[in-house]
Amino acid sequence: MEFEPVIGLEVHAQLKTQSKIFCSCSTAFGAPPNTHVCPVCLGMPGVLPVLNKKVVEYALRMAVATGCQVAEISRFARKNYFYPDLPKGYQISQYELPIAAFGEVEIEVNGTAIKIGITRIHMEEDAGKLNHDPHRPMSHVDLNRTGVPLIEIVSEPDIRSPEEAGAYLKKLRSILRYLEICDGNMEEGSFRCDANISLRPKGDEKFGTRTELKNLNSFKHVEKAIHYEIRRQQAILEEGGQVIQETRLWNPDSQKTYSMRDKEEAHDYRYFPDPDLLPLVIDKAWIDQVRNDLPELPDEKTDRFIHQYSLPEQDAERLTSSKELADYFEACVTIFSEPKAVCNWITGILLGLLNAQGKTIEESPVTAENLAGLLKLVSEDVLSAKIAKAVFDEMAETGKSARQIVDEKGLVQVTDSSAIEAVVQKVIDASPDEVVAYKGGKRKLIGFFVGQVMKETSGKANPGIVNKILQDKLGG
Amino acid sequence: MKRETKMKLYALTIHEAHDLLKSRQISSTELTRAVLDHIEKIDDKIGAYLSVFEENAMIQAREADHMIARNEIQPLTGIPLSIKDLICTKGLPTTCASKILENFIPPYDATVMSKLKNAGAVTLGKVNMDEFAMGSSTENSGMHITRNPWDITRIPGGSSGGSAASVAADMCIGSLGSDTGGSIRQPASHCSVVGMKPTYGRVSRYGLVAFASSLDQIGPLTKDVTDCALLMNVISGYDPHDSTSVPKDVPDFRRSLEKGLKGLKIGLPKEYYMTEGLDPDVSATIDNAANTMKDLGAEFVEVSLPHTKYAVAVYYVIAPCEASSNLARYDGVRYGFRDKDPKDLMQMYRSTKSKGFGPEVQRRIIIGTYALSAGYYDAYYGKASQVRTLMIEDFKNAFQKCDVLLSPVTPSPAFKIGEKTDDPLNMYLSDIFTLSANLAGVPGISIPCGFSKNNLPIGLQLMGSHFNEEMLIKVAYNFEQATMFHKKKPSL
Repeated sequence: MEFEPVIGLEVHAQLKTQSKIFCSCSTAFGAPPNTHVCPVCLGMPGVLPVLNKKVVEYALRMAVATGCQVAEISRFARKNYFYPDLPKGYQISQYELPIAAFGEVEIEVNGTAIKIGITRIHMEEDAGKLNHDPHRPMSHVDLNRTGVPLIEIVSEPDIRSPEEAGAYLKKLRSILRYLEICDGNMEEGSFRCDANISLRPKGDEKFGTRTELKNLNSFKHVEKAIHYEIRRQQAILEEGGQVIQETRLWNPDSQKTYSMRDKEEAHDYRYFPDPDLLPLVIDKAWIDQVRNDLPELPDEKTDRFIHQYSLPEQDAERLTSSKELADYFEACVTIFSEPKAVCNWITGILLGLLNAQGKTIEESPVTAENLAGLLKLVSEDVLSAKIAKAVFDEMAETGKSARQIVDEKGLVQVTDSSAIEAVVQKVIDASPDEVVAYKGGKRKLIGFFVGQVMKETSGKANPGIVNKILQDKLGG
Repeated sequence: MKRETKMKLYALTIHEAHDLLKSRQISSTELTRAVLDHIEKIDDKIGAYLSVFEENAMIQAREADHMIARNEIQPLTGIPLSIKDLICTKGLPTTCASKILENFIPPYDATVMSKLKNAGAVTLGKVNMDEFAMGSSTENSGMHITRNPWDITRIPGGSSGGSAASVAADMCIGSLGSDTGGSIRQPASHCSVVGMKPTYGRVSRYGLVAFASSLDQIGPLTKDVTDCALLMNVISGYDPHDSTSVPKDVPDFRRSLEKGLKGLKIGLPKEYYMTEGLDPDVSATIDNAANTMKDLGAEFVEVSLPHTKYAVAVYYVIAPCEASSNLARYDGVRYGFRDKDPKDLMQMYRSTKSKGFGPEVQRRIIIGTYALSAGYYDAYYGKASQVRTLMIEDFKNAFQKCDVLLSPVTPSPAFKIGEKTDDPLNMYLSDIFTLSANLAGVPGISIPCGFSKNNLPIGLQLMGSHFNEEMLIKVAYNFEQATMFHKKKPSL
């Protein structure tokens, strides 16, 4: 029997507001334990939460960007459970009335466009972290992360393969980053994903029993874990067995999922509206303002790049894969208006360099201005394409502009025919055997002569002119 | 002040003390010393205080004297107050009368404490209460009981029993308590003092250790209505740290201290007078009070609060539900009591809570946890919230017909210590007249209105519409000035 996977994803995105969702503590990552805390996020007796308006604005951006309906009235609720990283014994979240629902995002897999529904988006506070002492039976509680704002984005069970799941996640992350509300770093935990997976016989309407996968903390792992889980469930079903509804943890070392078999999953969260916070009322004017202020989103930008810069779709998609890369490209094009050449340099050379150095485009040692300056020198025949790569490497190393390097090293291309002619003559005079061989039919030796001329001129001679003069002299 | 006219300074009201401070006849240092000495002398008998901050109080008194010397006197400057022990005081113990917070010292001041400090008031110490404000007798204190100054074999009421007893026995000039279901008004009634529960949202709850967040409200317990107005002036107002406090201008409540009730319409909620078990002394005293009001020019109308019969049931769902969540944080991880050497995390939670919380608190946590559980939420919390909405409507309708509602505070005067401790349901039912004001969020005041045959105080409750504390103060003031029950003091 052929089975069809049914997958829904729950994504937690940490919002990069300056301060926490219910107090004014900093949200900065990496501070010494328990230094970004106050009575409110420590859950001291008597404290009360006060909602950070910026969090609502960020959540609204995502809601509008994914075509959600924004709730005129939403509510915060308490999700009650005990854990040492949860100082109040409850997490303030949204339950019955989330801020937004009924949205969708479009993804493309193998050339086919697919719409993935967004069930809901809600705001909540993050919990702290436990650090388990490896040497003693002791755990340390760090509450810096407590109260950092999150949005949870719940998808419809519209995803049918690990590849679609990956594409959906990448699209969500890209939108979040375009909106500048989340840095989307899975390894640091600012972008987290749980997956609900079930199988059903192909053609069936009814969903099978699902499992929930946790601990998927990189894009690679999400796809691998879902792959594994599909195979696991399929094996059970093919043997006539039944999938157990449970939470399973992905172990990236063994590349398997394991049942949590833990009391933790038998939670009854006893949700109820948080009496410390008033219902959140969002008026239309605010939504309109967020809509108006929305930046260009990835899909729109890709389309624009295809049309405005006449780029192939693949190139446009590559350049718009992050807002920063697209900005870099556009900054180059403003100075040097040959989009395809810029694109080739960025995707062919710059990204390779950054990749090798483990840097992001924002950290690029070659600024957009400098890259455009280099390409300009090539197009103006000041610099040969051959030397350009070497100049680029030096730019990457020193941060200098191409013009600066060219001037310092005297790398300006020689296009003066008489100067080149003198060098050609010198090469011919010094290589009588090769001249005889060439004239005798060994035409491939032209490369040798060009090489010698280039050597003499330290690569500065214009190769077109060199070729022409050589052929004149050797009688091609 | 002159030796020959030396009076019992501790017996002063806020406004009397203020007049003497302002005219430099006494200093705050003298006043505070006198009250501290009085506490030292009689609190062994009463047990109102959980902690007395003698040194701190004297420092504050000296600072107040400096303020007065600079002519910066405000109505509360130099006035020594007692504070219910669930209002956070920075650097000073705040226990909620619970073992679980026995050693807890808050790192911050409640908003009301900041306001009192700015006004130059002196904090004498923290007073007893039912643990986490859960109770009506102060017998649920995890530390010790408090006795009623009028009869030390009886309870002072609760949960703000320490506040009421300290005011009645002159162990402070005024006090702050909190009221979740009657916890200010009922002890005020049992101890013959004035106690007001303001409108929900009038006074910031920031720093008030939460029992039931949607019902809790801080309020004053004082020796007369004028003092109530003075304290209300200072503690009221919107607080950006409390989203449920209401951004509304605060009137000067002193302006409500004016004579004349002509044309006032007083509503008598008929359901309150059909209650079984209303003590005949209470009934007769309330009738007398109504007659006094009539003599003062008020008219009476009968009104109906049809959902009153559900108040106890609704309250004992909503309050424990919220409490079960609010008290989850006392887990022994960060502060307060933690049981020694637990074998694992689960056992740490269990034994910390079992040993740290008293029986009534555990009872309510269990009730609330049960009522919020999956499958029960709609039937309990959901239904209770719906009835609560109807109760708010009841009050709105009633206030279309009248200016204030008049009722007893409690069905009977203070009972004997230990009399009801084995019967929690009976104890819950004695809150019948006070719960509705919390559920509806309206303000209520309890003022002395007479005594039973065996000389136990009886209080009168007035309830007003949302944010109309002025009306309550005005009516209470007229009644007080016409009857002067507040002048009668217990003999200790």
